[in-house]
Amino acid sequence: MSDEIVELTASQAAAAVHAGELDPGELFETYRARAAADTLNAYLWVSDRTPAGPPAGEPAATSSPLGGVPLAVKDLFCTEGVPSQAGSRILEGYRPPYSATVVRRLAQAGAPLLGKTNQDEFAMGSSNENSGFGPVRNPWDETRVPGGSSGGSAAAVAAGLAPWAIGTDTGGSVRQPAALCGIVGLKPTYGACSRFGMIAFASSLDQAGPLTRDVTDAALLLRHMVGRDPRDSTSLEFPEPIELPTREDLRGIRLGVPDELVGEGGGVQDGVRRSFEQTLELARGLGATVEPCRLPHAPHALSAYYLIAPAEASANLARFDGVRYGLRVDSGADLVSMYSRTRAAGFGPEVKRRIMLGTYALSSGYYDAYYGTALRVRTKIAEDFRTAFQSFDFVVTPTSPWTAFELGAKLEDPLAMYLNDFCTVPMPLAGIPAISIPSGLSEGLPVGFQLAGPAFSENRLLAAAYALERAIGFDSSPARRRDPGGSTP
Amino acid sequence: MNATEYEPVIGLEIHVQLKTRTKMFCGCELSFGEEPNVHTCPVCLGLPGTLPVLNARAVHFGLMIGLALGCEIAGRSQFHRKNYFYPDLPKGYQISQYDVPLCTGGHLGDVRIHRVHLEEDAAKLVHASASGRIHGAERSAVDFNRGGTPLVEIVTEPDVHSAEEARDWLGLLRSTLRVLGVSDVNMDEGSLRCDANVSVRPAGSSGLGTKTELKNMNSFRFLAQGINAEVERQVGLLRAGEQVVQETLHFDPRSGLLTALRSKEEAHDYRYFPEPDLVPLVATPEMVEAARAALPELPAARAQRFERELGLPADRAHELAFRTELADYFEQALAADGSDLDPIALANWIPPLIERIGSDTDPAQSLVSPASLAGLVKLVSARQVSTTAARDVLTRLVAEGGDPAAIVEQEGLGAISDADGGLAEIVAAALAADPDAADKVRAGNMKAIGPLVGYVMRETKGRADGGEVTRLIREQLGLG
Repeated sequence: MSDEIVELTASQAAAAVHAGELDPGELFETYRARAAADTLNAYLWVSDRTPAGPPAGEPAATSSPLGGVPLAVKDLFCTEGVPSQAGSRILEGYRPPYSATVVRRLAQAGAPLLGKTNQDEFAMGSSNENSGFGPVRNPWDETRVPGGSSGGSAAAVAAGLAPWAIGTDTGGSVRQPAALCGIVGLKPTYGACSRFGMIAFASSLDQAGPLTRDVTDAALLLRHMVGRDPRDSTSLEFPEPIELPTREDLRGIRLGVPDELVGEGGGVQDGVRRSFEQTLELARGLGATVEPCRLPHAPHALSAYYLIAPAEASANLARFDGVRYGLRVDSGADLVSMYSRTRAAGFGPEVKRRIMLGTYALSSGYYDAYYGTALRVRTKIAEDFRTAFQSFDFVVTPTSPWTAFELGAKLEDPLAMYLNDFCTVPMPLAGIPAISIPSGLSEGLPVGFQLAGPAFSENRLLAAAYALERAIGFDSSPARRRDPGGSTP
Repeated sequence: MNATEYEPVIGLEIHVQLKTRTKMFCGCELSFGEEPNVHTCPVCLGLPGTLPVLNARAVHFGLMIGLALGCEIAGRSQFHRKNYFYPDLPKGYQISQYDVPLCTGGHLGDVRIHRVHLEEDAAKLVHASASGRIHGAERSAVDFNRGGTPLVEIVTEPDVHSAEEARDWLGLLRSTLRVLGVSDVNMDEGSLRCDANVSVRPAGSSGLGTKTELKNMNSFRFLAQGINAEVERQVGLLRAGEQVVQETLHFDPRSGLLTALRSKEEAHDYRYFPEPDLVPLVATPEMVEAARAALPELPAARAQRFERELGLPADRAHELAFRTELADYFEQALAADGSDLDPIALANWIPPLIERIGSDTDPAQSLVSPASLAGLVKLVSARQVSTTAARDVLTRLVAEGGDPAAIVEQEGLGAISDADGGLAEIVAAALAADPDAADKVRAGNMKAIGPLVGYVMRETKGRADGGEVTRLIREQLGLG
């Protein structure tokens, strides 16, 4: 029975609970046991008991919209009384006194917390190797990375250690690990989901998003994530309900392929390119038109991103000073030495690198040249997309230029690592939504296909992704059929 | 040889704690001397994942202040992060306004306003040391009750040219803010804090010298003392051929000395950048109109009205209007006894009242009701009691309260007049007792009248009216 349960998508599991065919306690326990036996280092904390039942005044699992289907949550979401460390040693053992709005909404809708997933420290990374708690392994090949920064969430969903998960995307941190792990990842429009309770990396870019086995699951989860939150001034009411996708064709849909991202400059692997081209063929077969489009400033997105995000991070991470919570390394000397010892011991090298970059970019005398210029590029990129969406419904690219690479392969070369985000960074800079779906395998490793649409086009995006998903017919089951001992299938 | 004369050039930076119910960016109530760390929440403690939400009431108060100071209101202003490490700042940055403040320009009295902006207060540090300051402290504790209290910062142009002017202008600002009802404006408790940027320049020149920033002058007296001390120090340096160094100085009220604060790492780089957790602040015409509608009559306008409509001299009009409680008391007394009370005569009785109740006391809190002061002034104007006797009656009123007419009656302090028959005899006795003085007055030396009047006042125990006595002396000496 346990294997059959794990083969259900989250939506199917919820439907089975609603139909009285599946006991939500058994569902939770099945995943709890699998998560507890995790050998991928995907989890940093796993719930030790099945939820006793819904809190007073809330519907039982059998009648709640999400049917009691348990949820894996990226470590950086605050969860009341449960470790929330953002993958960093500086927050080791930190248990917040409150829960993030998105986590609370999903729990109220019937998705109880299953566990907290590993991630790159403070969401800074594209391979999950920057976690303060060790790297996560890719269930398709355990010698390889799962992508990052939401690598734990992606690996857990791909390996069947969670029915579904949430992560956060700042420059690609939901979409890229989804691509490398062969699952679906959606970054919503900036402001669609509350950021309250998300330990911030780059506040003007961070956005929560679902990581799921298929597009329907993504839509179902997103439906209960969006909405204005009075505690987040940048959140907005989503203009329409999120629909479950049913569309089976792409007739009349115009797809734009930006040469700036997909052309030679992007360094796209041959296998990834082949899968991308095949997907475009499938799209044409479903009735879509595929034309080149222009995003003239997109090649500068990465440079702008690596100024804006570190600048915001340098301020966001200033609060980790050892005074009130988390790690404190006190020599007994003075305050400043306590600050610097705490931060020296608590932050990993990539976090330190970005704090220094960001501090420098904001410094008096450099602000205009760096941060100011980056903001102007950001405006241009948003304009590029607006122009493109006058002629196209969606802009499409490979999600990542590469499939999952070997652990350690890019660790010594931060710039090569940053190129992972080449195709995913422009969208958060423009605040627009984008989804990654698995488009096939290249040498046994999953490839992601990305669609980006205008702000608040999530329903259309999900519908198109759903039609493509059906046409592609990707088989995600090999990653769930690993030998629990840890060898690859 | 003539030493160069120097002229102080002073600009003020005032922080005002707003009297909202809750903090600037969270729902915690403001604190009034409660135990430490009881008015806190994840937001004002800067816990990971929390976000600020702007207090609409604080914006309303900020707009009221801007309008009261005649500022231009920005339709769209911006919050920034001001970054620095200090334990009183749990986020590692203060949310403040930087290049686009809520209000710019304007003036109060003769001093131009540079800008008015909104920000959040830091938490309070309590240092365990003899001085209460961080230097030499063994331990420091943080009280986050104050952290996140809404603040308005008001920055003036360098239009002030003496310590006394600075003190008086701050008094005017305080009354203005008090009338607006936006703050307790109490310097002791820190709800009104004033820093001064001080430089000096050769008198008559128009350039600006190197300035220093003076902090911690937490009373009107200390503000004047601190500025005077600093002006003297700077002039001393320049006369000795030395340079003024740009630095921040801390005023020690006990010694009256200024000491350099943060002498090392002086130049902070706050790395301001737009606060991404807040959307720009849009002041809609409706919000501005609501703030304008909430404005009461302001002290400067009230002083003008006292001059124009009541005929008070400018000095007296300012003295009353710039202390709202005095102006309120004055107007209540004026209204208490309607038609024929002379506003100028009434206004002249406010300073003697203040002298008796203490300059920091609100007369409304004294035993002298506005009606009884009005009654007393009316008795004086009707010459039913002499000015001298009325002062004694006022002293009694301050000590015991009561009705001035009853006190006059009871104590037999009613004015002695010619009509009573007694005064002319006493005047005659005075002339007889001092024939020298009488001769001098008769010869036209009116200065000599003093001893004669004094004699009458002694004999009548001050109940005689001075004018009436003078008239009778002249009459009896045949001076018409």
